[in-house]
Amino acid sequence: MIVPLGHVFVLAGLIFAMGLVCLVAHRNLIMTLIGVEVMMNAAAIAFVAAALRWQLMEGQAFVLFILAVSAAEISLGLMLVVSVYRRTGSIDPDRYDILKW
Amino acid sequence: MTLYAFIFYLLAIVILIATGLAVTRRQPIHAVLYLIVAFLSTAALFFMLGAPLLAAFIVIVYAGAIMVLVLFVIMLFQQSPKERRLLSEWGPATFLGIVFLAVAVAMVFKDPGSEIVLRGAVAQPRDFGRFLFDRYWLAVEIVSILLLVALVAIIHLSKRRDTEEIERCPSPHPSPPRDEGKGEGVSYQKEGHQ
Repeated sequence: MIVPLGHVFVLAGLIFAMGLVCLVAHRNLIMTLIGVEVMMNAAAIAFVAAALRWQLMEGQAFVLFILAVSAAEISLGLMLVVSVYRRTGSIDPDRYDILKW
Repeated sequence: MTLYAFIFYLLAIVILIATGLAVTRRQPIHAVLYLIVAFLSTAALFFMLGAPLLAAFIVIVYAGAIMVLVLFVIMLFQQSPKERRLLSEWGPATFLGIVFLAVAVAMVFKDPGSEIVLRGAVAQPRDFGRFLFDRYWLAVEIVSILLLVALVAIIHLSKRRDTEEIERCPSPHPSPPRDEGKGEGVSYQKEGHQ
């Protein structure tokens, strides 16, 4: 007897929208990656709520895979950010002009 | 309102405020600290929704490993990676988010299944582990290969960067100067002694 399923989904939707805004609005590659993390967190909340609604453990298994994929994504993304910072001296994506010629 | 519902709304408010503060910070280190609060609250929410193993994983992997990794990467930068300008894309981004949110909320509440109140149940870690390795062992192996590939890619990227540095630096055994001018030879001797 916790809460209606829709309320958990609305919470997940709110967090996902915040991650979307963070992903689009910031001019900082680290903040962009943080936005992706927030969106994955929202997806995990929705999966766990669905697993509880249908009393199936598949939803929780998917959350585990989301965790692993997000760990791989954030480590590779941060590696690319560090690499591009060493190359250009900036993490503002508006200031990259290596490919311009 | 039962006690569980009260705890749920309290946790939801904490998560929303912490995430909202995190996505509006201009200093990434502040955003990371707020996000740790949001992830710990998410772990408590998972514990209440009947996933104790996932709650532990959220604390260990998200709030522990990933956020510490982001903090260390922020420390690698020489100057603070603060954004110079305020967000000029703020308006379109918020508009997109609100449109997405309106559609999502309408879809959720149009479904009659959204009124169903969740019944409490707990997936014990032992049962969950048995279920995972009984039915999804192949997916677990594929995920482990994915992590291995990410590890190899990171090592490869950082290693190639190092060799480029070495190539760009003056090599320890420089080739003899091509032109035979005296001045060039003297400067080359000085460089060799350094």
